[in-house]
Amino acid sequence: MEGTESLVSVVGLHKSYDEVEVLKGVSLNVEEGDLVSIIGPSGCGKSTFLRCMNFLEIPTAGTISIAGVTIQCHSLDEAPEAALQEKAHLLRQQVGMVFQQFNLFPHKTILENVALAPMIVKNQVRGEAEEKARGVLAKVGLADFADRYPANLSGGQQQRAGIARALAMTPRVMLYDEPTSALDPELVDEVLQVMKDLDREGMTQIVVTHEMRFARDASDYIVFMEGGHIVEISDEDEIFENPKDERTRRFLKRFI
Amino acid sequence: MAVAVLTQGLVAQDNVLRWGSDPDSNAPFSFFERGENGALTGFEYDIITAVAKQMGREPVFVRNDWDGLIPGLARGLYDVVICGIEINAQHAAEVDFSMPYYVTFEQLVLRAGEAEVTSLDQLKGKSIGTLDQTAALRMLKATPGVNVKAYDEEVNAYQDTANGRIDGVLLDYPIALYYATPMHGLEFVPKPFGQISYGIAMKKGNTALQQEINKALAEVIASGEMRDILSRWKLWTPAVAQAFNQSSEPSLPPTSYEAFMVAAATQPTLVERLWRYWGFLPFLAEGAWVTLYVSLLSMIIAVSVGFLSAIMRVFGPWPLRWVATIYIEVIRGTPLFIQLLIIFYGLPNIGIKLDPLVAGLLGLGLNYGAYEAENYRAGLMSIPKGQMEAARALGMTQAQGLRFVVIPQAFRLVLPPVTNDFISLLKDSSLVSMITILDLTGAYRQLATTYYDYFGTGLLVAAVYLLLGLPFVRLARWTEQRLAVDTRRPGHRPGMFALPKGKKKA
Repeated sequence: MEGTESLVSVVGLHKSYDEVEVLKGVSLNVEEGDLVSIIGPSGCGKSTFLRCMNFLEIPTAGTISIAGVTIQCHSLDEAPEAALQEKAHLLRQQVGMVFQQFNLFPHKTILENVALAPMIVKNQVRGEAEEKARGVLAKVGLADFADRYPANLSGGQQQRAGIARALAMTPRVMLYDEPTSALDPELVDEVLQVMKDLDREGMTQIVVTHEMRFARDASDYIVFMEGGHIVEISDEDEIFENPKDERTRRFLKRFI
Repeated sequence: MAVAVLTQGLVAQDNVLRWGSDPDSNAPFSFFERGENGALTGFEYDIITAVAKQMGREPVFVRNDWDGLIPGLARGLYDVVICGIEINAQHAAEVDFSMPYYVTFEQLVLRAGEAEVTSLDQLKGKSIGTLDQTAALRMLKATPGVNVKAYDEEVNAYQDTANGRIDGVLLDYPIALYYATPMHGLEFVPKPFGQISYGIAMKKGNTALQQEINKALAEVIASGEMRDILSRWKLWTPAVAQAFNQSSEPSLPPTSYEAFMVAAATQPTLVERLWRYWGFLPFLAEGAWVTLYVSLLSMIIAVSVGFLSAIMRVFGPWPLRWVATIYIEVIRGTPLFIQLLIIFYGLPNIGIKLDPLVAGLLGLGLNYGAYEAENYRAGLMSIPKGQMEAARALGMTQAQGLRFVVIPQAFRLVLPPVTNDFISLLKDSSLVSMITILDLTGAYRQLATTYYDYFGTGLLVAAVYLLLGLPFVRLARWTEQRLAVDTRRPGHRPGMFALPKGKKKA
């Protein structure tokens, strides 16, 4: 992990809500092609960490650098909000995000969901955008569902559509915020399978998850967070079989 | 600039004499005669026509509500008002008057069989009706112990006396002569009270017009034309003759008076009545058309203003949020009627004169805009936060997220309440009849006061309102149902609002 050349580099990230500090100085580098799982107990700050990485939450302090776009945040309000948002806007174009609740656009068909952002943000014409969208949908196994509305799909199908929507913007990094937590157990695997396929193709992915088996089987390494800190970064087998930190051990005991 | 263009219609022209009056329930002054033509007539109508002819001008009638007649002069709706306005100090402070064109007194009318009254003090403890802004009202208020009822239409005051709701009416003699005479069970008190002169009112300071009017009026009197007019209306009284220094004998038989009485005494049969209602329809259709386009145009203003205010209030920086909030709260906290009056009669004081239609549209549009704003705000707020987050995560700006993701969804949510608002706007638009616009309600008032028929005409007009609203009621229901089918929110449990699965297209 050579700091400066990493595709994703987070240094000294802090985030506070009023008086409560949720992230207390988090640093992490992720290399191109890695699949990283972030695990930890509820309220440990792992979702906030992920959301800070594409500035859905504005960090209080710290530096985030993704695919060449670097944003520094200061604890004092030195950078005006507008300038920061402009940079965040650039950064987000390199980053895809998948939400726990899917957040598909309910008034649009699956095809329109996937083709919308490329048309608006990348100025693609409708025909081009839809052709590409069909390609991405085929990849996640939804070729036959392009003309349906989100409400007419199962949860697993909706989440795969959510992944396709993010992929259509050809991001360098994919962020997943508990992508399977809202799914019935029998629908989880179809979503995880898509993520595994993407990993095989070399996509860089950062996943906040409670799926320990997935974390163990598919991740290149696992990040364990607690109390706003990264407690342990470890090889996927090692963290399960021989966790170095006592807190990691306690957390994992409930799953194994 | 826009104001200048919109008020062009109000600028005086040399070759016309625009005269204002309230023709509703206004015999024998200026009123619409009964019958198919429903033409304007009355002794003041005859006088102003004669005066305008003397002046070499074309008389143009402008209708206005009684209470708005004098304010209408100030805002330039017309050049003069001739509507039985008494020359007194209070009025003279607001307007200039011509020389008197008629002198008369206040006539007390009681229910038949009441005790003789020779002094107003004898009315102590009784309820007496009259009109706003009249000498009679002033005299009654100066009499202790009288319960004064100020009416808007004289016919209602006499009707209420006849059916016992009040004890009597004190009003100018011509009014009593025309409204109390045909009504059963009413009696004229022989003693005249007070003395009043009517003058043609005009905007203060226009001495050129005043001189022109006076010259023409003097000519009409000297030539005997005035005596002819007043004789036909049975209004050539000794007092008038004395004031004009002419013989007290009428010069012509009272043909106009008799025609009015014949019409008033005729009790139409049911068939005649229905036939008459049938005859109202073209007039009501015109009113309905005005109501419809006033409502539609106001709604367009309301939707635009409301949309802008909602966006400002939800997403704007604090100064804009502040402006939108104040606008919404002030408008929602004050009556629409007051807002209309301020826009129409108040704004001219600071130099903004709006055409009645523009004032009406602005008043209704701004008022409903505030309610629309709250509708849209609720709609915008009810879209889950995750929608905007997803849009931004995909690289859209906040504006793009609003336009392509949030607003289209909010639009579906607010469509039914907006349609319902339009239906109530359709009815509230009746208030524009108070600022000289002849809409469906204006048409109703005109017909009802001409025929003293509030009931049948009222039912007819209510039916027209109902018919106007019906398509929009259907539209509201249709949008509600469509919305139910369109509830495409992920994770939404089907069956609660949606149609059964089997009926849905796959």
